[in-house]
Amino acid sequence: MEQPLFGSVDEVVERLAGAGYLASTAVATTVFLADRLGKPLLVEGPAGVGKTELARALAAATGSALVRLQCYEGIDESRALYEWNHAKQLLRITAARDEHWQDTRDDVFSEEFLLSRPLLTAIRNAEPTVLLIDETDKADVEMEGLLLEVLGDFQVTVPELGTITATRRPFVLLTSNATRELSEALKRRCLFLHLDFPEPELERDIVTLQVPGLDQRLTESLVRVVGALRGMDLRKAPSIAETVDWARTLLALGAEVLDEQVVHSTLGVLLKYQSDHRKAAAELRLDRVLGSATP
Amino acid sequence: MSTGARLVEFVGALRERGIGVGPGETVDAAAAVDVLGLADRGQLREALAATVLRRSGQRAVFDAVFDLYFPAAVGRSEAASPPASTVEELREDLVRALAEGDEEALRALAASGVDAFGRYGSFGEAGQGGDGGSGGGGRGLSGWSAHQTLSAVRPDALLARVLAAMRQSSPGAGALGAALAEGEARARLATFREQVQAEARRRTAELRGRDRIARHAVPPQLDLVSFTSATREQLAQLRRTVRPLSRKLATRLAARRRRAGRGQIDLRRTVRRSLATGGVPLRPVLRRRRPGRPELVLLCDLSGSVAGFAQFTLLLMRALGDQFSKVRSFAFVGLTDEVTELVAAGEAEPDELATRILRTARLTRWGMSSDYGESLGTFIEGWPDAVGPRTSVLILGDARTNGADPNLAALRRIAERARHVHWLNPEPEALWGTGDSAALRYARIVPMHECRNARQLAQLVAELAP
Repeated sequence: MEQPLFGSVDEVVERLAGAGYLASTAVATTVFLADRLGKPLLVEGPAGVGKTELARALAAATGSALVRLQCYEGIDESRALYEWNHAKQLLRITAARDEHWQDTRDDVFSEEFLLSRPLLTAIRNAEPTVLLIDETDKADVEMEGLLLEVLGDFQVTVPELGTITATRRPFVLLTSNATRELSEALKRRCLFLHLDFPEPELERDIVTLQVPGLDQRLTESLVRVVGALRGMDLRKAPSIAETVDWARTLLALGAEVLDEQVVHSTLGVLLKYQSDHRKAAAELRLDRVLGSATP
Repeated sequence: MSTGARLVEFVGALRERGIGVGPGETVDAAAAVDVLGLADRGQLREALAATVLRRSGQRAVFDAVFDLYFPAAVGRSEAASPPASTVEELREDLVRALAEGDEEALRALAASGVDAFGRYGSFGEAGQGGDGGSGGGGRGLSGWSAHQTLSAVRPDALLARVLAAMRQSSPGAGALGAALAEGEARARLATFREQVQAEARRRTAELRGRDRIARHAVPPQLDLVSFTSATREQLAQLRRTVRPLSRKLATRLAARRRRAGRGQIDLRRTVRRSLATGGVPLRPVLRRRRPGRPELVLLCDLSGSVAGFAQFTLLLMRALGDQFSKVRSFAFVGLTDEVTELVAAGEAEPDELATRILRTARLTRWGMSSDYGESLGTFIEGWPDAVGPRTSVLILGDARTNGADPNLAALRRIAERARHVHWLNPEPEALWGTGDSAALRYARIVPMHECRNARQLAQLVAELAP
């Protein structure tokens, strides 16, 4: 068993903050446990709450390499694990016309012709690694079977080369937007973290960290508006990234206070649907004031 | 009691609330407790959640059960001091805490509120809460009631005062500020109500045993709430899940359709792919089949207790609209009327959909009790072209005819003309055919499925849809 990355939950918070990621108790505790128990961590939640960002911050905080596997519909072994470089093998065979078949065959299936894909790369890496398997729910169910094998024992069998076992277990982080249920078998092997929109205090700190130039009182009211928007039944609630974008917009516009006029004219940064716009304007009572101001 | 035993009991209570926790997860949880220790309750909560839960949406149940099995305090909460002497004082403090949004203060007020006003029944001579173990028989009817506390404190009546206090602390806020303040005040009131409920559960559990309270007082997971007994609030929460649920279902349907694509070889794409393997077509590509998208007709009973179920299903099918070439919705109580337009318009404001339909469409001649025979009859006569060989029909209702003629012939005619007819019944299967229910007689003509909660509905839609 190798050295754990973190000594305590507080240390997780501290080091992640050093990498520019403000972690809640839930995030810090789960990361700490995933490290100590040596289990993969499955992070689920709506888009834009910092799932991928967590992996990046983890890699930065622990000085590990980040290996990323982006899942999509139809991803298979050859994209996730390894692939033989067919073109190069063909070249090698044509070049060695008068050699013995035996030698050529042994040579063609060697390291040189193996294309290592993210999963294999992460397993073979002797340095500390953070393996990020992004949007696992987009991949097909068959892919989950493959992940089970790899994440269970951290080893990969290449028939021509033999079994490759991890010299150092990578820290594995899977993310999911929950567009479909992942299989029970995969979930059972992971620790589960549901990442939701942060508490107002945490979000205020995030905005302050990312957009340091913004006035403290403006930040406060900005987070309040975003909180109110998330409380409405919208098609797409504003994410943290959009809150930060909004803060940048307000900074660029040089807004002093957050009044109806400013909110109405910059709402497009936060909300991406026309129906959401209308609803938010009605519930925040933006129209009434604007209506009386225009004539 | 050792931590291990407590953990096992805790897991057992979760299982009873429909959260499947295997022994492997219990072992993980124990390992997590071993690593973290019991010093920090917040960390313990997150650690158990990480090891025991497997999907989002189980957290509310988990938190309630956690508070029972790993309570923050025993007996009267330390945070509850100083004890409130009168209701008026407590309400005064409550206004201040709500205006400032001080969650700790709210929790303390909830604790002292329950302590002061929530107690009911006879506690016997020595029963001052605390060591609940040595209970006598006379305690059966005593405990702490959230309902009683809330009706004494009446937090909802404080909204105007809270808003006034918030206005005072930040003068000059315009209409936007007022709207924000109102939303926040309402959210804090809801938090306070939940805190009172949690505190009452905790105190009562000490008196009567955790297992019983966990079984009866913790609200079930949202997708297991029965449609017919759901409260207004639960129905509103359910409606919020329509969009995520429809997206999930659409993904599942699309994946199944892709996998079903079997047939002729697509030569052009096979040759294209063979280039990667030196011109040898190792993996043939099959031609995709164009899926037929059926028309869907929904026929919903909108009377009384089944209205919540019908409303939820109408919205869900509307959200799934792009899976079908056409969705037409009909509603009935005593008569049938088309409500497709109303449902489409109601998507923006789903809260009062059922009321609006009942007001606008002509669904009944008199009274509000459903008449299935008459409704099926008017549907056949009024919209003979609605059902054709490409149509799937979903009938939603409890098949309780109130003693009238079930008009089996009309249903038979629908079944003959349509491609599929399915009946979704929100009543438990054991009750079909009891009293005035014609469920079993209808079930002989068309397949009838029990559909009591959102989870069953999602499963059925995934099975029945193309």
